[in-house]
Amino acid sequence: TVTEDVSNLPVSGATVEVKGTNYATVTDSAGNYRLVVPEGSSTLVFSFVGYTNLELPVTGAVVNAVLTHTTGSMESVVVIGYGTARKKDLTGAVATVSAKDFQKGNITTPDQLIAGKVSGVAITSNGGRPGQGSTIRIRGGSSLNASNDPLIVIDGVPVDNGTISGAANPLSFINPNDIESFTVLKDASASAIYGSRANNGVIIITTKKGKAGRIRVSYSTNNSLSTLAKKLDVLTGDQVRDIVNEYGSALHKGQVGTANTDWQDVIYRPAFASDNNVTITGGIKQIPYRISLGYLNQDGLLRTDNLKRTSVGLALNPTFFNNHLKVDLNLKGSVQNTRFANDGAVGAAISFDPTQPVYMDDPTYGGYFQWTEADGTLVLNRANNPLGMLEQTFDKQKPMRSIGNLQLDYKFHFLPELRANVNLGYDASSNEGTKLIPANAATNFLDGGRFEQGKQSRFNSVFDFYLNYAKDIAKHRIDATVGHSYNNFRTKNYSFRALNASKDTIAGTTAPVYPFDIPENTLISYWGRLLYNYDSRYFLTASLRRDGSSRFAPENRWGWFPSVGLAWSVKNELFKNTADLSELKLRFGYGLTGQQDGIGNYDYLARYGVGGLSAAYQFDNTFYNAYGPFGYNYNLKWEELSSYNIALDFGFLRNRINGSIDFYVRESKDLLNAIPQAAGTNFSAYVLANVGTLRNSGVEFTLNTQPVATEKVSLDVNFNYTYNKNEITNLTVIPDDPTYPGIPTGGTQSNGNTQLHYVGYPRNTFYLYQQVYDTNGKPLEGVFVDRNGDGNITTDDKYLNHSAVGQHMFGLSSNLAVNKWSGGFVTRAVVGNYLYNNVFADRSTRTAITGAYTLGNGISNYFNTGFTQGTSISAMSDLWVENASFIRMDNIFVGYNFGSLTKYISSVRAIASVQNAFIITKYKGLDPEANNGIDNNIYPRPRIFTLGLNFDF
Amino acid sequence: CHKDLDRFPTNDLTAEKVFKDLGGYTNTLAKLYVSFAVTGTNGRDIPQEIVSDEGNTGFLRQLWYLQCLTTDEAIWTWSGNTDPVGVQEMTWNASTQAVAGLYFRCYYIITQANNFIMESSDGKISERGFSGAAAETIKQYRAEARFLRAYSYSVLLDNFGAVPFTDETYVVGSGVSPKQLSKQELFSYIENELTAIEGELADPKTNELGRADKAAAWALLSRLYLNANVYTGTPKYSESIAAANKVINAGYSLHNDYTQLMLADNHTLTNEFIWTIRFDGTGTQSFSGTSFLVHAPSGITGEASGTNGSWNCSRITEDFVNKFTGTDVRGQFWTTGQTKAVTTLLGDPTAGYSSKKFRNLTRDGKPGPNTNANGDFVDVDFPVFRLAEIYLNYAEAVWRGGTGGDNSTALGYLRALAVRGRPGDAAASSAPALTENYLIDERGRELFWECQRRTDLIRFGMFTTSKYLWDWKGNVRNGTAVDNKYNIFPIPDVDRTSNPSIVQNTGY
Repeated sequence: TVTEDVSNLPVSGATVEVKGTNYATVTDSAGNYRLVVPEGSSTLVFSFVGYTNLELPVTGAVVNAVLTHTTGSMESVVVIGYGTARKKDLTGAVATVSAKDFQKGNITTPDQLIAGKVSGVAITSNGGRPGQGSTIRIRGGSSLNASNDPLIVIDGVPVDNGTISGAANPLSFINPNDIESFTVLKDASASAIYGSRANNGVIIITTKKGKAGRIRVSYSTNNSLSTLAKKLDVLTGDQVRDIVNEYGSALHKGQVGTANTDWQDVIYRPAFASDNNVTITGGIKQIPYRISLGYLNQDGLLRTDNLKRTSVGLALNPTFFNNHLKVDLNLKGSVQNTRFANDGAVGAAISFDPTQPVYMDDPTYGGYFQWTEADGTLVLNRANNPLGMLEQTFDKQKPMRSIGNLQLDYKFHFLPELRANVNLGYDASSNEGTKLIPANAATNFLDGGRFEQGKQSRFNSVFDFYLNYAKDIAKHRIDATVGHSYNNFRTKNYSFRALNASKDTIAGTTAPVYPFDIPENTLISYWGRLLYNYDSRYFLTASLRRDGSSRFAPENRWGWFPSVGLAWSVKNELFKNTADLSELKLRFGYGLTGQQDGIGNYDYLARYGVGGLSAAYQFDNTFYNAYGPFGYNYNLKWEELSSYNIALDFGFLRNRINGSIDFYVRESKDLLNAIPQAAGTNFSAYVLANVGTLRNSGVEFTLNTQPVATEKVSLDVNFNYTYNKNEITNLTVIPDDPTYPGIPTGGTQSNGNTQLHYVGYPRNTFYLYQQVYDTNGKPLEGVFVDRNGDGNITTDDKYLNHSAVGQHMFGLSSNLAVNKWSGGFVTRAVVGNYLYNNVFADRSTRTAITGAYTLGNGISNYFNTGFTQGTSISAMSDLWVENASFIRMDNIFVGYNFGSLTKYISSVRAIASVQNAFIITKYKGLDPEANNGIDNNIYPRPRIFTLGLNFDF
Repeated sequence: CHKDLDRFPTNDLTAEKVFKDLGGYTNTLAKLYVSFAVTGTNGRDIPQEIVSDEGNTGFLRQLWYLQCLTTDEAIWTWSGNTDPVGVQEMTWNASTQAVAGLYFRCYYIITQANNFIMESSDGKISERGFSGAAAETIKQYRAEARFLRAYSYSVLLDNFGAVPFTDETYVVGSGVSPKQLSKQELFSYIENELTAIEGELADPKTNELGRADKAAAWALLSRLYLNANVYTGTPKYSESIAAANKVINAGYSLHNDYTQLMLADNHTLTNEFIWTIRFDGTGTQSFSGTSFLVHAPSGITGEASGTNGSWNCSRITEDFVNKFTGTDVRGQFWTTGQTKAVTTLLGDPTAGYSSKKFRNLTRDGKPGPNTNANGDFVDVDFPVFRLAEIYLNYAEAVWRGGTGGDNSTALGYLRALAVRGRPGDAAASSAPALTENYLIDERGRELFWECQRRTDLIRFGMFTTSKYLWDWKGNVRNGTAVDNKYNIFPIPDVDRTSNPSIVQNTGY
């Protein structure tokens, strides 16, 4: 039996191998194992992620092992870019979350597994759509306009952050059950090995590998129910009737209906999901393998939304030539069958007239109530029936993706300290889908419905080669690597002509000018890295990378990206014999990284586009396609980030209390910004350019504790806190230009820009008028403070207010195990973030109800404002900026381990969880979490109740 | 393998490929013209950061917002903020989208034209091996590009006053901030350009339909000179008359039926139209062009407008409707279901008559031949210059004291318009008078919704003052005077962001 040191609980999944052979097995859920030991062998090696490797002599038929926790301790191995490092050798800010610490429940996209788990990493789900991904920000995001997404590397394949059309999220193709661990490279001394792609940190995902031994099968099923956590407080039919009777025109009085329809109830539903996974591991002729099969069928809260995902994973990890050649083959494939609900219904349900019924007798438009003229024809520019929008849209996409790599790692026979590593990887995806809108749907009634086709394929390839030399010479340890990397990103987008529901050409539409387009870009890199330590007391990491990108002109194409990290183990220097101090280490890191993602492939090139056939021009009777130059900037180059990190790692009482504190400064320069071009100077009013500097500085604190650790009861409490200050330090070509008015941003579809990037302030700072209130505290419509006192309200009276970016971020999680019971929670909080409540700005006025040809609806906040007109002026009020600080209970779970129920089933575990259990906030809108500070109508994040069962056979 | 870093687009072209033959020049010239008609040929011309809704970014719709919606010619119904709120109410400011939209549309065209002119310089023509007829054609194209640029600058001068200036010598990517020209400098530049290209433009009525000729340049000069006093403080009425005479003597004549001017088959009216922006329901589609002028009027049925129906955007002030006598066919009002009085501003599309002047029907009442299936896009061309305006320019310039013309000719032109406008009305021929009220009202009647009203009211001192109050002027039911800063629009704050040397117009 294999047990762990503190709790004495069994360790399942630990590898046991006969030293120096390929004989190995894995422990079952009770920690038991059985292994044939060949003659002449005398030592067993026990290993498991998070524990120190243990070697024991074979003393008899039963060899019990007690593994020691290594959380935050010295011996464990961490995946870093292009290889691994011993955790004790690290000088950079690197955090690892392994499977046992993942969030529990119905988690269908991998990014949510580690939400709230790592300091400095903010993971915000983009909404509640099945398969919808998250926005991940590491240490505040380093860019204004280029991508702020971290680089994600899956088993050595850097994946494309852009998603294939027809899929909600690039990571949604990865089955979360296949993931072994996440490693987050937060500072540049760790991430600079990825050079030009590392500005926003790197997340390395390692998937589960094969384990030698007898065949083992496990099955898990998670079944969940998603419910609507909150509705917006819109007006009822009765309230709208009262308002129309009092203020409406004759037209509107004639339109008002008799119903009391709650359109939110109409479009949302409790949604079921079932996620089933089978995993088979074992070894065939000593070739360890792992096969996983997953099937997810998830309904969305919004009616008609559905995601079906079938995923397959295969990992083969043989070794040859007496362990000199290690081969890792990972293949993952996934097919989604999705039906996308028309999420325009989310907003439509808020704004559609509640006095109207869902259905009407006239079957012309499918039986759904629609606004019609007296003659029965549809009103133009009307709002459409939200339920009709859903049920009369058949948007079916079938995206597929496969990620795979073959990695060969050869330890030279004549020089075992030298390894050669070749990694060939690909990330291929495709989508084919159709969107059918029937001929009787109001949305496309005049065209006779609509049939749209979409087709896209992507093929990204990666080739890496490196040589690694690692050797201990007396008290010196050297680990040096040099390598080359080639990445290519190629997409093929097809264009189709729009057809009507009968698949006939729609009169007046034209064929696309080109049947397809193939955007492509390439990165070529050379790099080297040295890890050195002396006597486990002094540590050095240095790396240098040279990257070439096809996205820039030849003069600006190549960049150098160096880094250096230093560490001093105070423990090993001064307190070597202090037993209660397990760890004390000081780290310092500096690195320079680059950024070129999130921009176009050819932005530096002067190009002419060929205009479409419906935007041609007639000279006499001949139409000519228009050839027009695009805006461009030949001088584009990398965005660069210098980052500094100083940290202290500590551990006490055999690491039962451990943690770290990091201080960092990240300075971005030459920001890639789409900036306004002086009128008359370029072919587009906004063009991408390298202008400006930005600084993020902050503190991260992580504390892991194990207050109770007895044979029967164990309790873990993990806490992390991040303070990040974001400040724009320059935005102009000539720094510190005091006349520079800033870059307007934070655009809303309906209300224009609400924010300003301005020097000395955080990015996305709200820039609005200051609201004036009456003596009762009620806002006066369109009345603002004349802040500059010139007697007029002009744009000069706008002021810089709160920022959309939160400064404080907390994560708290805990796990409790009592005998066979377990339980835990993950909670997250953000403090200091503000939101522009665009829903309230749009719908707190009477014109939301009577301001258009057909009646609409407002929200009950109208009774607080009493606003009568929704002009662009009243929307530009700071009234709509609200404190959106929050505490969210992401996840609560309770589990029970039934143990071995029959002789065929070695273990059965059950887990019940609630995700998004509750949220505490002062924010008045639907949900205080929104990226970039604008609350538009988001697809609500559901509250999810899950029951999961795991069987090991 | 470093050559893999040289990646080029699959479909987009480089300048070498575009200008290798005459056809490429023609396609690039088509881009200049179509930029007045559509919102974009390859994605949006005007980015979302400037105007959020693409349907609001076309030249004609932007011009209509600033020239018609600001005046007695139109009332706006919708309160949504993608709409031109603030323009109607005369409360616009430097960040009003509808204001920025026209500004950046004009510069979009100017930069495209600068590039075309640079690529068709004499040097480039010979360098690329063009000679003979092809070289001559390219030179004529170049003159047309200069005309289109001059026209764009004239729109900027009229609406924004002193604005930044670039021409074909500006190097894209140089980072140099363009200098703001004074109104006088800009006026002189436009005047000189139009004079300089006269020799290279086609003779009147000899060019392909849709392309500008000498008469277009003269018509613009006539309009420019008429407003010279507003722009520069120096009257140029005699010059306006001279330019008008050149147009008139080129052989244009009024079409006999006013009600047929703005229909789907109006491209045939080459006797009266001098230069048009051309639209086609299939080949030149835009929500921002005449499609907007056909759809915007409230209440009009799809059958009557030749489209899929009304967008219920706009009505007309009662004061404007009252300028038409009962027999005046130019008052093409849609009255069914509408009240004459404009009792409410927003939300009620029935308060006020609306317009049926622009209709996507042919003269014999059939729908426009190229209308698309759902009836969104129309075939109606828009005359930027037509003979009737030249007559009015002539008459007004004479009344204002210009020389080179005479009262009786002026009255004769006015009579021709009145008689056509009031067919069968014996009183029509005696109605015209060379008086202030008759001239401004007649311009309103004749050029209703042809995007000149604001300019005209300013020239007559009526736009911001209490001299003429129309319904809802200044956002008040019976009208009120507004600050005279509203005679000119502010330079959009986005442009001051990138060109801090720009001096904002007074009061903004």
